[in-house]
Amino acid sequence: MSNILAIAQKELKSYFASPIAYVVIGLFALLYGYFYVAILSYFVRQSMQLRQFGGPQSMNINQDMIRPLLQNVTVLVLFFLPMVTMRTYSEEKRSGTIELLLTSPLTDFQIIMGKFIGALTLYAIMLGVTLIHTGVLFVYGNPEWKPLMTSYLGLLLLGGCFISVGLLISSLTKNQIVAGMVTFAVFLFLWVITWIGSFSGPTMNELTTYLSIIDHFEDFAKGVIDTTHLIYYVSFITFGLFLTAKAVDSERWRG
Amino acid sequence: MIEVQHLTKRYGRLTAVEDVTFRVEPGEILGFLGPNGAGKTTTMRILTGYLPATEGKAIVAGFDVFDQPIEAKRRTGYLPETPPLYPDMKVAEYLGFVAKVKGVPSAERRERIRAVMERTRIADMAGRLCSQLSKGYRQRVGLAQALIHNPDVLILDEPTAGLDPKQIIETRELIKELKGDHTIILSTHILPEVSQTCQRVVIINKGRVVAVDTPDNLTARLRGSETMYLQVDAAGADAGVTLGRVAGVTRVAESDRRDGVVGYEVETERGYDVRRDLARAVVSSGWGLLELRPMRMSLEEIFLSLTTEELPTPGGEETAHE
Repeated sequence: MSNILAIAQKELKSYFASPIAYVVIGLFALLYGYFYVAILSYFVRQSMQLRQFGGPQSMNINQDMIRPLLQNVTVLVLFFLPMVTMRTYSEEKRSGTIELLLTSPLTDFQIIMGKFIGALTLYAIMLGVTLIHTGVLFVYGNPEWKPLMTSYLGLLLLGGCFISVGLLISSLTKNQIVAGMVTFAVFLFLWVITWIGSFSGPTMNELTTYLSIIDHFEDFAKGVIDTTHLIYYVSFITFGLFLTAKAVDSERWRG
Repeated sequence: MIEVQHLTKRYGRLTAVEDVTFRVEPGEILGFLGPNGAGKTTTMRILTGYLPATEGKAIVAGFDVFDQPIEAKRRTGYLPETPPLYPDMKVAEYLGFVAKVKGVPSAERRERIRAVMERTRIADMAGRLCSQLSKGYRQRVGLAQALIHNPDVLILDEPTAGLDPKQIIETRELIKELKGDHTIILSTHILPEVSQTCQRVVIINKGRVVAVDTPDNLTARLRGSETMYLQVDAAGADAGVTLGRVAGVTRVAESDRRDGVVGYEVETERGYDVRRDLARAVVSSGWGLLELRPMRMSLEEIFLSLTTEELPTPGGEETAHE
């Protein structure tokens, strides 16, 4: 365990020693802020209109403000996480530091877990920025905190999936740009996989919906923790990390 | 301390290392000598557990590197060809990280870091970023990294490559200081390095071991016939013939001539010391004797003769595949 933490700590430090962490978190905060303001203005205008015309139902801050906002976060994650994971293995391979890790008394599992936790922590810090905006909503409104919690849990799991894919792809190449591009393409594919399902029969439809990484987030955003989705995410992450371990090991055999 | 048996590594159809066998005694420095691409790095990577071997066995500090890699790695310090530094870490911070992953207990870490920084003379660089270090310092930090957990075995891949002459000497001195406490394998393609630092040499070429011996023995073994260099002043035109008549001399060749000073290479039969007779012949002919010395085959020449296939290697065969 201490070995895993040592690697995780090293990973996290290296994100903050280079501009990566600041650029990723900074740009994320900027774009998130923009979405926040846009959606908030829309929300305020809508509820004013509703009040004016005295409609029967009122606006719900969780459903009409926070949910679309956090769904926008998933789009940002799609763009930002490849930049976090692309260097994890590629950089170590290029600079030769992978030789230090692989000749230290560490198991492959410890190295991979360390890198995973390091990247996940950076991602959590990134999400942490959004808590400030959410806090403002609590000051001026009265959103429910339970669906918020499940949404954040969903976002963390979703990010974990992306990070495990990112690690796998980074472990396959020395070139960071290649790692970043391929990771982005794979993320995007997992995102839009349902498009084809709607034209190609019920079985295919069901399959693609199950595989789609984003469809499983819906329930979390609604405030529901369904074990189906939990199992999907956890097994996705496990599988990604398992493949990474295999990739690192096979690299060794191929030299 | 290190035992390598019939080690073979193939990459697809390419064989990088074939049937390499040697052993290193505790406290010994073994030189691993060979041209670039001979399989030195591959062998070292197998010993450190970075690469698995296709066939064969390697035991480091009592542990098989394939069956008990963690135990073997705990006892091995490794300096790869390029020091594995993280550019965005400070030197002390980097050594702290390495100490952690190498399993140095947290109570001893601070003291170990201080000790290795002192030993490798990098204490004044502790707060410097690794990316800002000169080549010489990078190499020393790499060495410090290999020493941090006080390993029984040190494996150094070309520790002096790319250093300036002063740094090379310092590094060699440092490696010699480490002898005794650690068993060391170092690879190089620079020959004087081997004769200066190592007790034994493994010469490897095209993935095969061509010789294992001490530097002195290697030099001696290859002197099939002995050659003398003789320089004389005011010699007559028939000097070569006169010298050829001396008992034991098999061949005389003029090697250089300048301002009436002529140099000869005189080959003699093995076991004959012809120096006295040569000197007498020169003096009695009335020439001036300026220089007379045996020409030993340098390690460079031995190396070339062992690694060039056309030349037969006298006495080299019996150790080649032991």
